[in-house]
Amino acid sequence: MDSSRYIAKHVVNLPKSGIRDFFEIVSKMKDVISLGIGEPDFDTPWHIREAGIYALEKGRTHYTSNLGLIELRRAVSKYVGENYSVSYAPENEVIITVGVSEALDIACRALINPGDKVMFHQPCYVSYSPSVTLAHGVAVPVPTFAKDNFALTVEALRAAWQPGCKLLMLNLPCNPTGGTCDRAQIEAIAKFAIEKDLIVLSDEIYSELTFEGVHTSIASIAGMKERTIFLHGFSKAFAMTGWRIGYACGPATLIEAMMKVHQYSMLCASIISQEAAIEALLRGEDGMKKMRDQYHRRRDFIVRRFNEIGLKCHLPRGSFYAFPDVSATGLNEKDFAVGLLQAERVAMVPGTAFGANGSGFCRACFATSYEQLIEASNRIERHVQSLAAKK
Amino acid sequence: MKPIVKLLLEGGSLNTAQLAQVLKLSEADVNRQLDELKAQRVLLGFRPVLNLAHEDSGVVRAVIEVRITPERGGGFNRLAERISRFDEVESCFLMSGGYDLLVFVNGSSLQKVAAFVSEKLASIEGVLSTATHFMLRSYKEQGFLLDVKTEEAERLKVSP
Repeated sequence: MDSSRYIAKHVVNLPKSGIRDFFEIVSKMKDVISLGIGEPDFDTPWHIREAGIYALEKGRTHYTSNLGLIELRRAVSKYVGENYSVSYAPENEVIITVGVSEALDIACRALINPGDKVMFHQPCYVSYSPSVTLAHGVAVPVPTFAKDNFALTVEALRAAWQPGCKLLMLNLPCNPTGGTCDRAQIEAIAKFAIEKDLIVLSDEIYSELTFEGVHTSIASIAGMKERTIFLHGFSKAFAMTGWRIGYACGPATLIEAMMKVHQYSMLCASIISQEAAIEALLRGEDGMKKMRDQYHRRRDFIVRRFNEIGLKCHLPRGSFYAFPDVSATGLNEKDFAVGLLQAERVAMVPGTAFGANGSGFCRACFATSYEQLIEASNRIERHVQSLAAKK
Repeated sequence: MKPIVKLLLEGGSLNTAQLAQVLKLSEADVNRQLDELKAQRVLLGFRPVLNLAHEDSGVVRAVIEVRITPERGGGFNRLAERISRFDEVESCFLMSGGYDLLVFVNGSSLQKVAAFVSEKLASIEGVLSTATHFMLRSYKEQGFLLDVKTEEAERLKVSP
């Protein structure tokens, strides 16, 4: 029996993630230095892990409220208030989710009617477009460019906008480009959102890892709190990817709508992760800053090396990704990445995994040790030189 | 903190060439900076951190609480420095609380450490009392866990 004919059409048509193709190749090779990883190299700080252990010991093994533990929602409200200058009521404006991925998914499913259009900047995180499609929406990608350090511009938004656009998804700082927007740019985007009556889903998962300037949340701009869903989590700043824990803050009516989807699909986030997340918010700041400082110095090193090697690389203002332009080698990003992997066993992810306009670029994660970064950069240098010699 | 000091603390066991590459300096410059730090007594030296239990080293270690008489003018310093100079003394700290100095010593046998305490340390004029605690087992040394297998946490080689 051909079981494939039973698969829903919109799932059949969903493209396979480019990252998965590349993973298949890399996972079969040995001694690879991987700059293709999308998570911190640090394990979760011990005091946070210990809080998870303690939660198990004291029998915290039950369901929580659908919205999440009130202690955690209070901590989230305080943290977001202090760090993003926007206040949310822990009782009805905060929901704890299984990572930002779930928050994004339930926001899409709660807000999108079939055919609604959703704008997001590209290159972007791999799940944005599929999340929209799975909610029966229509993806409207907005390009960002290296000349702007991959900041999202209002000009690009205007050019891409079309009637029927309802949502705008932001991810600043951005995976994979490290691009972000300063306050003036955020204000301009906010004005555009108000003008076009857009709801903004703002995924600020990398915001603590902002190295230059101050991160501005669009939710904090006047008139935006009521039309913004602020999405955040613990994976990147607190090195908690495997705990799958995040949250969304927004107007009570929208959070209530998201809660409906959440309660019938996820019920609640893991209580152990929620307990650990409380510890992260209350006492994790010093450890988080220490990790950020290390990423900052490693960024400076790897970006400088890419430019020395002749792969033009803008300075990513946030996140732990560099996004060098590999087109000077005369190869496209896929051929370059595969060639580098085969010749020197260094893995970088081809930029097109993050959208068509990532073409010509590769993503290199610098959340790895100095030894690895030094060795990887030397291998990349050797490879680029051997490509030039062949020309 | 100077960039080179930060990198020494953070980078673990980077060699001079690697330090030079990260700091964008020549190896000669790195060596010059290290020499300067040594001259300023900021960088005191490098030592390997060993798990002595695996080395069958026969080293006996003890912590000694020492009460001493402070002196007019110098306080505890003269006596503390004098005690610190013994080869057996690995580290020595002035403490708040019920005693004055906390002295970490090591020796090749229990008898040798005991002899050091009774003959050298306790007999110094100004030392009022000593309380010696022998270390039985080490769980963490200088930030490194011992005997706990630190398995390389499995990260996927490629992830979004």
